[in-house]
Amino acid sequence: MCSVFSRGGAAAAIAFLAIVIVPARQRAAASPDAPPLRVCADPNNMPFSNQRAEGFENRIADLVGRELARRVDYLWQPQRRGFIRTTLSAGHCDLIMGVPASFELVLATRPYYRSTYVFVSRRRDQPVASFDDPRLKRWRIGIQLTGDDYDNPPAAQALARRRLFNQVRGFMVYGDYSREAPERDVIDAVVDGRVDVAAVWGPIAGYFAAHEPKPLVVTPTPATDTLTRLPFTFAIAMGVRRDNPSLREQLNGIIVRRHGEIARILQEYHVPLVGSSS
Amino acid sequence: MRRVFPRILSVALGLATALNAVSCSKHQRHEAEGAPLATEPGPAAGGIRLISDVSSGEWRMPSGDFGNLRYSTLDSIRTSNVQNLRVVTTFSTGVPNGHEGQPLVLNGTMYVVTPFPNNLIAVDLSKPGGAIRWIYEPHPDSRAVGIACCDVVNRGAAYADGKIIYSLLDAHVVAVNADDGTEAWRTKVGDTNIGETLTGAPLVIKDKVLIGNSGAELGVRGYVAALDVKSGKELWRAYNTGPDTDVKIGPNFKPFYEKDRGKDLGVSSWPSEQWKLGGSTVWGWFSYDPETNLFFYGTGNPGVWNPDLRPGDNKWSCSIMARDADTGELRWAYQATAHDAWDYDEIMENLLVDAEYGGRPRKLLIHPGRTGFVYVLDRENGELLSAAKYQPTNWASGYDLKTGKPNEEPSKRTHFGVVTQGICPSSTGAKDVIPSSFSPRTGLVYIPAHNTCMDYEGTEANYIAGTPYLGASVRMYQGPGGYHGELVAWDPLAGRKVWGATDDKFPIYSGVLATAGDVVFFGTMDGWFKAVDARTGTELWKFHTASGIVGNPITYLGPDGKQYVAIYSGIGGWMGAVAFPTISADDPEAALGVVGAMKDIKKYTAPGSTVYVFGL
Repeated sequence: MCSVFSRGGAAAAIAFLAIVIVPARQRAAASPDAPPLRVCADPNNMPFSNQRAEGFENRIADLVGRELARRVDYLWQPQRRGFIRTTLSAGHCDLIMGVPASFELVLATRPYYRSTYVFVSRRRDQPVASFDDPRLKRWRIGIQLTGDDYDNPPAAQALARRRLFNQVRGFMVYGDYSREAPERDVIDAVVDGRVDVAAVWGPIAGYFAAHEPKPLVVTPTPATDTLTRLPFTFAIAMGVRRDNPSLREQLNGIIVRRHGEIARILQEYHVPLVGSSS
Repeated sequence: MRRVFPRILSVALGLATALNAVSCSKHQRHEAEGAPLATEPGPAAGGIRLISDVSSGEWRMPSGDFGNLRYSTLDSIRTSNVQNLRVVTTFSTGVPNGHEGQPLVLNGTMYVVTPFPNNLIAVDLSKPGGAIRWIYEPHPDSRAVGIACCDVVNRGAAYADGKIIYSLLDAHVVAVNADDGTEAWRTKVGDTNIGETLTGAPLVIKDKVLIGNSGAELGVRGYVAALDVKSGKELWRAYNTGPDTDVKIGPNFKPFYEKDRGKDLGVSSWPSEQWKLGGSTVWGWFSYDPETNLFFYGTGNPGVWNPDLRPGDNKWSCSIMARDADTGELRWAYQATAHDAWDYDEIMENLLVDAEYGGRPRKLLIHPGRTGFVYVLDRENGELLSAAKYQPTNWASGYDLKTGKPNEEPSKRTHFGVVTQGICPSSTGAKDVIPSSFSPRTGLVYIPAHNTCMDYEGTEANYIAGTPYLGASVRMYQGPGGYHGELVAWDPLAGRKVWGATDDKFPIYSGVLATAGDVVFFGTMDGWFKAVDARTGTELWKFHTASGIVGNPITYLGPDGKQYVAIYSGIGGWMGAVAFPTISADDPEAALGVVGAMKDIKKYTAPGSTVYVFGL
């Protein structure tokens, strides 16, 4: 018995990038001659995006596509280390819908929203508003961790500085990717009592808290932590390739022009918005 | 569960053209299955005794032998004639990613595992021109590609029970019938959905396949699993963090040092429950001592990487582990660095020899560490006999042999938000997973070393999976001394360097082979394959291959009875990935800060995928 592979068969194919091009819904507004607007996005990362285009980044991409009269095509890839390098920078797409406004790996547009880290607690508890809340010394505190490069969300640092490591329960930002919405677990943990409070990035907390069967309370962390001096609010922009300033200009125009509609989409997803987005 | 990718955009590469009509005829098999590997090792230096057979014609396990020596008794190619070495065969694997690892050679066939998609290519050595007998294609889940931290490498296969056994990036282990390329079994060991991948090479001990996991950067929990060689069924699993029952610590656990003793240290040396994300993965090499029936391996960095979040020793990260080969029970452990603050994984090879040490025969374990120290331990009890620096190293001045602890330099410990400059070695270590060699004829360990240091700087906003976070920027660069890499010939008994062959441009990121011909082979990241004199380091021969070398040389006897040397040429891996066109050399903090140290590599090499075979 032996296995034989013929010349040129699919057998020799190599998948470099887990990428697939999927035309989004056809839109009357899209000019048939215009090249599609290619967006790189995570296929399983609600509330930001998913493959059914149900996330708020999908909705805002639709809006951008309509404004540009270009069809939106998605290139799906999980956001892991190397995401920018292997998608946008490699030329596989034109646009990433969410990056910090100061992010240096891309050419960032002007920010289109600013959100904040938040505390998520149960309705029966008084809301938490500070990392110095004395209850945190005995509560179990859920935070998301990245694990990479000495990097972590600022809440992790604020708690470490207060020597509250033993209260921390870590949840990986990546979650269990076999699950729908892998980032949800830290919010579920507040509901089912695995933790007493969670300190989580606002868009994730706001969306999942609103979808939990039991009501939760979402309160912003202080904008700056007094001890670590780390920021807890971040302005979020769209990212394009460095060699594509003309697209950035177009996007900047849309962000200004359609500011109200973008804000409505974000509110629909319960994204906590703070201050000015710039 | 829904499928995330309905269809994969596939890129067919040159491999297809390399595949002619594949011959199915049964090839002559040398009846070598189960036969002893080797013979007498030749005159040994300084009372050194080999603990198991070494390679002497075939290359059947990742390191060639159980002792991780990468030494062959073949001596047709020797210092007096290596100048005449020439290319005999080249062929492409079709995958231009980092070619770590090494082929196997047995029964007149060479077996090559490619980087992802982890194809297994069987080449008939009785025919000229790299004649392919068959190719086995496992089609691992492509989602694993985005998860692997540092290129999609594979560190090679092992042979046992008529099967070629190796790991797939998507956290499976596969066994392929060596005769015909049919799949014998495939076992899911880890879960890519939580960030686990497999890149390490398995080792087969008796009827068990040992394999460890990768993915500490994604908060996984390290372990070794033992699979049944016949069926692939998992027999046991030993974790490196967590309660004693998970770590397989029982009454026979007898670490040498006080610091490594106590109940459930895999839990109590972490803040509550953080051991569950505790890293300490196993992606290097296993070695095995048949006399004591112990196997040895090193563990990776603790998770999460930020040390401020995990006060405590963080056991058993950055440790050398000795386990019973039948049960997996931990017999001793030695943690080289407690509470790692530098990403000093200790997954490096452990070389096993017996020698006179301090006036009496001892069973030694030699571990050239990422920390910049070569550790020599008594492998029966885990006692540290010496720890000496082999590259510029300043995070510690040395080790206290009474306590087993390093004498640390506190100013070189990293803390979030604190600028710490000039830490040597950098996170890539004074060496990485790329393995050393040992010659019993010279008594020297040949260590492929890096000379890099790093600055750990302020915070910057970063972003993953929709979440902004703050990270330190790490910048790596060439260390002091005017060189970047060095092949170090190290006397483990004296704890000193005997000679060094330096590389001005790049770290040495190739494995090393020593032979009874007193020739030492290794490669450079800019593509030179070199032979040097094992006793002096004098360069005897070199050949420029198509791409940078991050693989490990092997040597074997061909079906014609002649000695050959084989090496992969295909730049990649953590440091080598900077050569890829998709990685910008403009961002010094890219690829975990490695770009700063490697930015020139694009001028010297480009991705490749070639297997070279040399002969006289």
